[in-house]
Amino acid sequence: MSGESSARMRTILLHAGAVAMALWILVPIYFITAAAFSTQEAVFGYPKPLVPQISTGTLEFFLGASGVLPSFRRSVVVAFVTLGLAVAIGTPAGYALARFRFRGSDTFRLLIVSTRAFPIVILSIPLAVTFIRFGIDDSSFGLALMHTALALPFTVLVTSSVFAGISEELEEAAMTLGCNRLTAFRKVVLPLALPGLAAAAIFTWIISWNEVFAASILTLRNRTLPAQVLAALTQSPLPFQFAGGFVLLAPALVVIFVIRKYLFSLWGRVSR
Amino acid sequence: MAEVRFEHVRKKFGRDVVAVDDVDLTVEEGEFVVLVGPSGCGKTTLLRCLAGLEQLNGGRVWIGDRDVTSLPPRSRRIAMVFQSYAVFPHLKVGDNIAFGLRMQKEQDAEIKRRVAQAAEMLHIDHLLDRYSAQLSGGQRQRVAVARAIATKADVLLMDEPLSNLDALLRLEARAELKRLVQELGVTTIYVTHDQIEALSMGDRIAVMDGGRLVQVDSPLTVYDDPADIFVGSFIGNPPMNFVEATVEPGDGTPVVRLSGGSFPLPIDDIGPLAERELMLGIRAENIEVRKEPAEALIRASVVVLEPLGSHNLLTVKTGNDVLKVAARADLFPPRDSDVWLRIDPERIRWMDRQSREAIAS
Repeated sequence: MSGESSARMRTILLHAGAVAMALWILVPIYFITAAAFSTQEAVFGYPKPLVPQISTGTLEFFLGASGVLPSFRRSVVVAFVTLGLAVAIGTPAGYALARFRFRGSDTFRLLIVSTRAFPIVILSIPLAVTFIRFGIDDSSFGLALMHTALALPFTVLVTSSVFAGISEELEEAAMTLGCNRLTAFRKVVLPLALPGLAAAAIFTWIISWNEVFAASILTLRNRTLPAQVLAALTQSPLPFQFAGGFVLLAPALVVIFVIRKYLFSLWGRVSR
Repeated sequence: MAEVRFEHVRKKFGRDVVAVDDVDLTVEEGEFVVLVGPSGCGKTTLLRCLAGLEQLNGGRVWIGDRDVTSLPPRSRRIAMVFQSYAVFPHLKVGDNIAFGLRMQKEQDAEIKRRVAQAAEMLHIDHLLDRYSAQLSGGQRQRVAVARAIATKADVLLMDEPLSNLDALLRLEARAELKRLVQELGVTTIYVTHDQIEALSMGDRIAVMDGGRLVQVDSPLTVYDDPADIFVGSFIGNPPMNFVEATVEPGDGTPVVRLSGGSFPLPIDDIGPLAERELMLGIRAENIEVRKEPAEALIRASVVVLEPLGSHNLLTVKTGNDVLKVAARADLFPPRDSDVWLRIDPERIRWMDRQSREAIAS
């Protein structure tokens, strides 16, 4: 009896914890979204109506503010260049890690992850100096290079887990049926890996889209949207902040939701 | 169709794991050879060496008069059925079977004809529009075989093609696969760890242990006349009994001494058996069980009786030795009771106790 009730208690606590954690994340998201879609006046109003009056006034104000649209465009460009570079470099590395046992492959895997353990703050000054020396400071391409470096560990690990999920015997079967390594990859592995690779690519895009620190250090006049919003944060009105928050938040949320299955597989869960 | 020849084939993994150790084997044109052995004996590695999926560390591999040692798999004119079947999940069954033919750039009409033919042979013609995920394990296995035979390769390789099927299906698939291969007449090398599969399917069996070929013979020879104690214990169910024994000249007829008794051995010349530490090998069905003592019988006590329907499998103890004996189905000696054994001298296989190899007699 007591065992049963304590198990019941544990379930209740677990659920309560989960609900609390969900609220911790969801409530701010709700307020940001609600504020972004209300009139500018309503943003200041209190108490908030439970169902706000929907208006695009705040968003229009934000998108109309000077510098926002160009930085929005720049963010998109940087994110796509990052995506292209990271997939081009990371996918072959992921394939190699998944398929070949080579000396130091475990160390290599660890090294990849450890690049993210190194705080970028320490790197910021030498990085900025180097970028100025190469003349790629304050440019979308330079920033995309930095974002590629930041995103690569994820790209490599996610793609390697995607490839590891595709049986090697399929490739070997293709090779006994007339394929060489390349055609076996193209005709068998690639079609099977494509959804996972797409997820990895989109995740790379999001890493760049969300990144603010390197963007703030490496750009000055040509800022990306997060850097622009951050720079303008202290002297901008409340509706601007909410709308900016929402514009930054929404794509990331949508993407994470779509590709969550593949992100789980990155952490060792079975994805198929 | 072609002959397959392995010459001094060696394959190492890493620096010191020898998976295949100096294997010489010739498979005749149209022959069905089964590579059998415990897991890790190198049988799959040897097959993969033939397929070109492993690089050799030494030796050569021939298919017909072509030295294929350094050719990639696609140029060897082989077809392989994998243990996991490796049916491409993104292609329909029909496209799976056509895969090899498309790579060979066959005409569309020819592809269609050969796919239909292969599908019909394996009774999967109604599944051509399905995807692998919509198939049962048995159907997937058939798709893998159909895909392999559609290309009309010189040599058909099969790596444990039945081991992922459940027992009943496996029995059925075994007979059918044998029929199919006989019908095609293609040179076939078949890997299995299942000695019954080996006995029932192969024209010849190649038994491997620790990377070496131990014996290559017809199934019956391997069963009746194992080359060493390992083969005798690995092939057959129950395994061949091996007990320590000595043979003495005696007066007139030679005598076999076991720890539990002795019996006469009616041969003229005990030559190679004299004054030697021997292991006596005898199959369970070559020991007769009697309820009454008589001349030349060995006394044993019953440890376990397992009724198997067609016969009763007895585990008996005589002296220090434990033997498996196949008794008549109507014989039910109680536990710990005494029975008397007649070991058929004709069917004894003598092994050297040190080298564990068969003694020619």
